Amino acid sequence: MNKLTSRIDKERLLLGIAAPLLAVVAALLVTTLVILATGKNPGDAFSDMVTYGFASDSQVYILNKATTYYLAGVAVAIGFRMNLFNIGVDGQYRLAAFIAAVLGGALTVPGWIAIPLIILCAMATGALWASIAGILKVTRGVSEVISTIMLNSIATAIIAYLLQPGKLGQLDQAGTLVSTKPLPSSLYFFSFDTGAAGELWGFIVVAVIVGIAYWFVLGRTRFGFDLRTVGQSESAAAASGVSVKKMVATSMVISGAVAGLIGMPTLLNDSHQFSNDFPAGIGFTGIAIALLGRNHPIGIALGALLWGFLERTTNHLEFQGYDKEILGVIQGVIVLCVVIAYEVVRRYGLKRQQQRVGAELAAQAAAPTKKQEVA
Amino acid sequence: MKILYGMQQPDEGTITVSGEQVVFANPGDAIARGIGMVHQHFMLADNLTVLENVVLGAEKLHGIGGKARTRIKEISDAYGLGVRPDALVEELGVADRQRVEILKVLYRGAKTLILDEPTAVLVPQEVDALFDNLRELKAEGLTVIFISHKLGEVLSVADEITVIRRGTTVGTVDPRGTTPKQLAELMVGSELPTPETQESTVTDVPMLEVDGLHLAQTDLDGVERIILDEISFTIHKGEVLGIAGVEGNGQSELVEAIMGMRHPDAGVVTLDGTDISHAPTRDRRESGIGYIPEDRHRHGLLLEAPLWENRILGHVTEKPNSRGGLLDPKAARADTQRIVEAYDVRTPGIDVTAASLSGGNQQKLIVGREMSHQPKLLIAAHPTRGVDVGAQAAIWDYIREARREGLAVLLISADLDELIGLSDTLRVMYRGRLVADADPATITPEELGSAMTGAATGHLEHTEDDAR
Repeated sequence: MNKLTSRIDKERLLLGIAAPLLAVVAALLVTTLVILATGKNPGDAFSDMVTYGFASDSQVYILNKATTYYLAGVAVAIGFRMNLFNIGVDGQYRLAAFIAAVLGGALTVPGWIAIPLIILCAMATGALWASIAGILKVTRGVSEVISTIMLNSIATAIIAYLLQPGKLGQLDQAGTLVSTKPLPSSLYFFSFDTGAAGELWGFIVVAVIVGIAYWFVLGRTRFGFDLRTVGQSESAAAASGVSVKKMVATSMVISGAVAGLIGMPTLLNDSHQFSNDFPAGIGFTGIAIALLGRNHPIGIALGALLWGFLERTTNHLEFQGYDKEILGVIQGVIVLCVVIAYEVVRRYGLKRQQQRVGAELAAQAAAPTKKQEVA
Repeated sequence: MKILYGMQQPDEGTITVSGEQVVFANPGDAIARGIGMVHQHFMLADNLTVLENVVLGAEKLHGIGGKARTRIKEISDAYGLGVRPDALVEELGVADRQRVEILKVLYRGAKTLILDEPTAVLVPQEVDALFDNLRELKAEGLTVIFISHKLGEVLSVADEITVIRRGTTVGTVDPRGTTPKQLAELMVGSELPTPETQESTVTDVPMLEVDGLHLAQTDLDGVERIILDEISFTIHKGEVLGIAGVEGNGQSELVEAIMGMRHPDAGVVTLDGTDISHAPTRDRRESGIGYIPEDRHRHGLLLEAPLWENRILGHVTEKPNSRGGLLDPKAARADTQRIVEAYDVRTPGIDVTAASLSGGNQQKLIVGREMSHQPKLLIAAHPTRGVDVGAQAAIWDYIREARREGLAVLLISADLDELIGLSDTLRVMYRGRLVADADPATITPEELGSAMTGAATGHLEHTEDDAR
């Protein structure tokens, strides 16, 4: 009996990996066709991507990018596990990074106090911004999809208003860039020097900690069990004694707090100021990565790395005379395929398991009768 | 059944309709072949009329106007269904709704009718009327497949009985030469269980007291509907209080009010001397209420989660599932294994999803889980619905055993034999009120049935004339 159980588990694992793999393969196929259609050689493109992508400076770049993407993926995944679609991660992290940058620019305390303060401030801002959507959903039944989309726009407007010379922004010497007051170098986050390959952002450590915390809280705590219960069946959760509304509000706040971290690697390790060219749209990338990673802490990490890899290598393809839109095509196809593949694999897995259980029980029932016949 | 109606595809085997081998890819194919299904849960739009409900999705047949009305009238008269095309469905009773469902199927030209547990929601008198309709259909040359757990009904209405157990046909018998006992033995594969409690274990220590529970709801039209009206009762330690009633008369709401999932407008709920009227659901569960929900898929299980996570559901704050704020998967798994063995849950392991178990085994897991936390009060809503006869007997045994150990049980069921057999006290619920009480030792299902339709109130006495 144990043997069969372990086989079912192995199969489930296999099915779990099958979906993203299928999606990536499908995306490669479509990309091949697209490159062929433009009259170029896809083989050359792929080999260029691989050689360039695994160069050491590319590796550092990809890891740095993936740090940001990973945090975005986790922020979105927390909502997904609850059946909440937090599209507002985008607005949450931009507003959080902005406020944190303003705070960082104004602080004069030593780094070991200031850096945690900046990070906490970002998390609090993200959480607050997300809580608006959470409260609206709980009290008025407003769909979080709608409210977070609108909150994204509002965040953009607020940042645009405050980030003006004379308000919280200042013009740089060239007179082209408006930014917040730069952080003093004492407030830079530590980084790993990898020599010629560049600097590996220290924030990758924070991302790993967030990933471990995500896994632990969801998988090993009562709170996480309640959260997953609500995600799987609201009615069963209510009957089991979970306050669904409280859970919705709480998970929205946590999702927002993690979203607040997204801008931190860039702010503390790279730009050290919030300017109008601060990376935008990472919240949406996070949605794709959470989907690709199946909301699993390691899956999200793989998704984030893949995204970083694609970005790095397709940038390079442009110099080789390929169209840079290839990136959009690959990413789009991956996301589309992932959604379809998961649903297909999920249904297949459920059905297959039902059949296996049925077969196993039939075998169990048949076993004693056979013995009787022999006797 | 789902395969016959094209909702699922078989792995092997064939279906032959009127001598012709067919394959159904979807319900549309089945309908085209003249197969119609009357579901256990009605699929009607309440705010539309009977006519509108019948033509919905079949507008191409006879349009939506006069011609459709005439056709409905024809069918209704031909089979003695007595359907009024212009009545609003929300005004109809359960039995009438069922007739509308049957008419819907006939309107689409069905020659073979599948009825899935059609009597589960009916009182005995309505069942008789339904059987008259079915005989009418039979006389007109239609084929009826009648699926039921109730042996007496199958014996009285069927011309041929096929017994299915664990997915295989175990026998086909002629009802005229078969007794209910033989049939039941075929179904169980062993001795026949009866839902009878032996000696009374009722004490005079009250466990659950419900006093003046009142719940009203305003519907979309602004009309206030009273769902629970001055409900008061007491269940003592070791007592099973059975509540009879046609479904939809407030039983579900009563259970949800006691569980804290619904907040009544007035009334006091006291468990073991503690007022829990305003306690959240989790506190109520922790203070010793076990809950077997009427809809196990919606309220009792996480279908896509493994069995051991389902064992945690509802008791996440209690041992052995957690210590402090942390889950204890190892202990929970070990305890799931214990439940699986002690309650005879037939499964290859505790890592399979709940969805892959049969209804009976799912229910045994739920019963095992709820019994594993030393409940003081067990709320059992339709505990044996959709459960095979073997599991049914097991579940009855668990309830009886728990009662012996001083548990108070609130039993809600549509199965009158179950109610009469298990309960120490019986109450009848009708339109949100407890309208009648009866002594399960002497009452018959027919007498209970008349109270369930509101025809009788007060204390029901068994009279010899009523006996069939």
